[in-house]
Amino acid sequence: MAFKQVSSPHAHAAQNTSQVMKLVLLATIPGLAALTWQFGWGSFINVVLASVTAVCCEAAIVKMRGRSISFYLGDYSAVVTAVLLGLALPPLAPWWVVVVGTVFSIVVAKQLYGGLGYNPFNPAMVGYVVLLISFPIQMTTWVAPLALLPAGTAHPGLMESLQIVFGGYSPADGITGATPLDAFKHSTGLLVDQVYDREPLFNQAMFAGAGWEWVNLGFLLGGIILLSQRIFTWHGPVGMLGALALMSIIFWDSGSSSSPGSPLMHLFSGASMMGAFFILTDPVSSAVSNRGRLIFGVLIGVLVYVIRAWGNYPDAVAFAVLLANFAAPFIDNYTLPRTYGHTDRRKATEKEED
Amino acid sequence: MSRTWVTPGGVHPPENKHQSLTQPIGQLPIPAKLVIPLSQHIGAPATPCVEIGQQVLKGQVIAQATGMVSIPMHAPSSGTISAIEHRPIAHASGMLAPCIEITTDGADTWIEHQGISDYEHIAPRKLIEIVGNAGISGMGGAGFPAAVKLNPGRQRPIHTLIINATECEPYITADDSAIRERADEIVQGIKILSAILDHPHNIMIGIEDNKPEAIAALAPHVEGSGISVVVFPTKYPSGGEKQLIYILTGKELPVGKLPADEGMVCINIGTTYAIKRAVIDGEPLISRVTTVTGDAVGTPRNYDTLIGTPVSHLLEHNQFNEQAGGRVVMGGPMMGFTLPSADVPVVKTTNCILAPSYAEIPDDEPAQPCIRCGMCAEACPVSLLPQQLFWYAQAEEHDRLEAHNLFDCIECGACSYVCPSNIPLVQYYRAAKGDIRQARDEKVKSDHARERFEFHKERIEQAEREKEAKRAARREATQQAKADHAAAAANGSAAPATSSASPSSSTADIIAAAQARAAAKQASPEDQRAKLERTIASAEQRLQMAEEKLAEAVNSDSGKQDKLSAAVENTRQKLEQSKSKLAELAE
Repeated sequence: MAFKQVSSPHAHAAQNTSQVMKLVLLATIPGLAALTWQFGWGSFINVVLASVTAVCCEAAIVKMRGRSISFYLGDYSAVVTAVLLGLALPPLAPWWVVVVGTVFSIVVAKQLYGGLGYNPFNPAMVGYVVLLISFPIQMTTWVAPLALLPAGTAHPGLMESLQIVFGGYSPADGITGATPLDAFKHSTGLLVDQVYDREPLFNQAMFAGAGWEWVNLGFLLGGIILLSQRIFTWHGPVGMLGALALMSIIFWDSGSSSSPGSPLMHLFSGASMMGAFFILTDPVSSAVSNRGRLIFGVLIGVLVYVIRAWGNYPDAVAFAVLLANFAAPFIDNYTLPRTYGHTDRRKATEKEED
Repeated sequence: MSRTWVTPGGVHPPENKHQSLTQPIGQLPIPAKLVIPLSQHIGAPATPCVEIGQQVLKGQVIAQATGMVSIPMHAPSSGTISAIEHRPIAHASGMLAPCIEITTDGADTWIEHQGISDYEHIAPRKLIEIVGNAGISGMGGAGFPAAVKLNPGRQRPIHTLIINATECEPYITADDSAIRERADEIVQGIKILSAILDHPHNIMIGIEDNKPEAIAALAPHVEGSGISVVVFPTKYPSGGEKQLIYILTGKELPVGKLPADEGMVCINIGTTYAIKRAVIDGEPLISRVTTVTGDAVGTPRNYDTLIGTPVSHLLEHNQFNEQAGGRVVMGGPMMGFTLPSADVPVVKTTNCILAPSYAEIPDDEPAQPCIRCGMCAEACPVSLLPQQLFWYAQAEEHDRLEAHNLFDCIECGACSYVCPSNIPLVQYYRAAKGDIRQARDEKVKSDHARERFEFHKERIEQAEREKEAKRAARREATQQAKADHAAAAANGSAAPATSSASPSSSTADIIAAAQARAAAKQASPEDQRAKLERTIASAEQRLQMAEEKLAEAVNSDSGKQDKLSAAVENTRQKLEQSKSKLAELAE
């Protein structure tokens, strides 16, 4: 009798990478639902269009590299990148914006670096930043939230939305508008309370910004689901949200005309929750250890606030994440856990004594 | 109830222990042939002391311990020695190793043996000798000779005796069933251990809470004995020595230290049973409880198995279905290794033969890329970063691997178990450890070679300098002679004879010098003897040093034993050569 030779361990837990990715996709549903409810079909179209583009790009590159297409598409990582990019892009953006961003994300930011697991930067955020810098007008045109639509109008239906996206039709007047972070940034010379009184984005809102607070709550819910499934640990999201909250408390300046905004607005506007639970938790491009991920999260939280408050862009999650991606290998060198039987943590750069 | 501590990480694989616990420990018919490997433990292999064709009785010594860190082997049943040769053994490499084969006679006749009942009145040294002579090595994991572990010749007294009844690997129930059926003898064994170690004030049996029957079985026997049964939540790997020490004491074993350095001794519960049998009954270690389980066998259960029983014998008596599964594992599903064939024998550390069906343990799926999700780091019981180790192992960055404490990895397999990308992480670490060890050895070698080369170069240069000096002296002498000659010529024809005489005299000088050198080389017998004696003295010193190094390596299990023992042998041979030369010279 001769038996198969296999190295230990022989038992394996049932979970695999494609299941992890599928769970992440499922967890985006509350956020996507909130976006669709508050801003119409645009985000849904973005997500579908980006996914189709991503799968085609991934398949083409994998084929060029002479690898098994079904094996590499089966990990769903391209779809996750596409869905996150689609959620981040403005609803009703022209189709070519979505396609260019997705191609850049998958081909350049992911596959040219070696594919899944080898990309130093978050591919979705690379795609987003490329678009933001290249097409600022398209990228800063947001649809107005449900509460702010002119009386008697509604968001375009699915067919009309498709025509806007693919046919280049302009949406009806009053359908587009500023985002809360945008509006707040441009309301100079007013006290925070005055801004909240005058600006419909705020006076129509519960606590942070009309429509946007629902979207952020949706992503928060999805994030909590992923946390409870142990897809990631709490360190990154808590680090980012904690730092963002702390910064906005420190610089709150009791609501003066130079105040960069309240903690609630920062936590529940823009891409805060999506960034905290779906972007910086991308394990490939983040720091590795739990301590490292906490620092990584804090760094992103601080950068987001700094750019929002004193930078040129109203939102900053993409830039902050990319900057932190740069720092991740450095953070990793100094955040090794203390191993059993050792008195101290070691540095990754330590050399054995000769 | 004693306090327990919680180790980081760990996993909860399906336990699958109930299958093999439905029946009591069974007995198998004596196999026709028993194959006893000479190395079933850490340390030097035993030396055979029987010849082919010799009749042996059950319990008779068939191989002696070789040196301090070694154990003897005994005949597990009576019969005839039918072979002493290399055979396949239970080793992950599938290598052959020296074994003694006994063709059994079926009579199972014991050799005369006698135990000691009042061990309390026997000197610990004597008890340790009995344990050593019974061939007992650790029966839970690595198989370290028990007598060496119990050796009182250490500086620090032992305050804590830990009995490891964790058995945290899935499927295995050898210790569990042994405790259920033999609790009284096991506790007797623990009491003997306590006597040997001069009654440590803290004696704990560490056991996971998934063995309530075993815990209940121990309770009446430990009552009033000062032995506490400490129950803690089931989690893999709690049974590693370092993990168990932390769970029971809250102390971490510092890197490079043995439990004894910290005043602790950790012994597997199966070993305590063997110690009881050795001391009270005078029986050497010739059998052990082995679990035969997995869906590819008909009746999973435990057997009291003779050491040397071929695995095929166990499988055949359990309606093994070869088509049902692809692999047969010695040990558990987390740390066990696959057997190359069923011909290999059961050894003193064989706690389980696992023959899983494809449904239980399917063939491995191809590995997906590592996405550094960190689930491995969450599962690691010693707080490593397995994803980083994997990265650096692929890149062969040895400095980074060592800075990430690769050598603290206990290869428990928890990281590979949880890896969603199905990466055989532990295999990468094993390979990387091997590479680093090899690189270290090669560095030592190349350092030696460099030193030798530099010394050689220095010597050549020295010789060259001396030659140059001689040449310069000769040149000077020649010029002097020429000058003298010229001066003489200038002084007239005073001595024409000198011009012809001087070359011939210089030739004569050279010959004389050469003869003198040759004579010097043929040194006097006294000189030769002195030289040989010096050689012997230094060789003896080297031998002693090499032996110390070997003992150290064996203790720390650094994987260098083979090389070091070869070095010791080499030095010993050189010493003997010098001694025989000296003897020749004396004649």
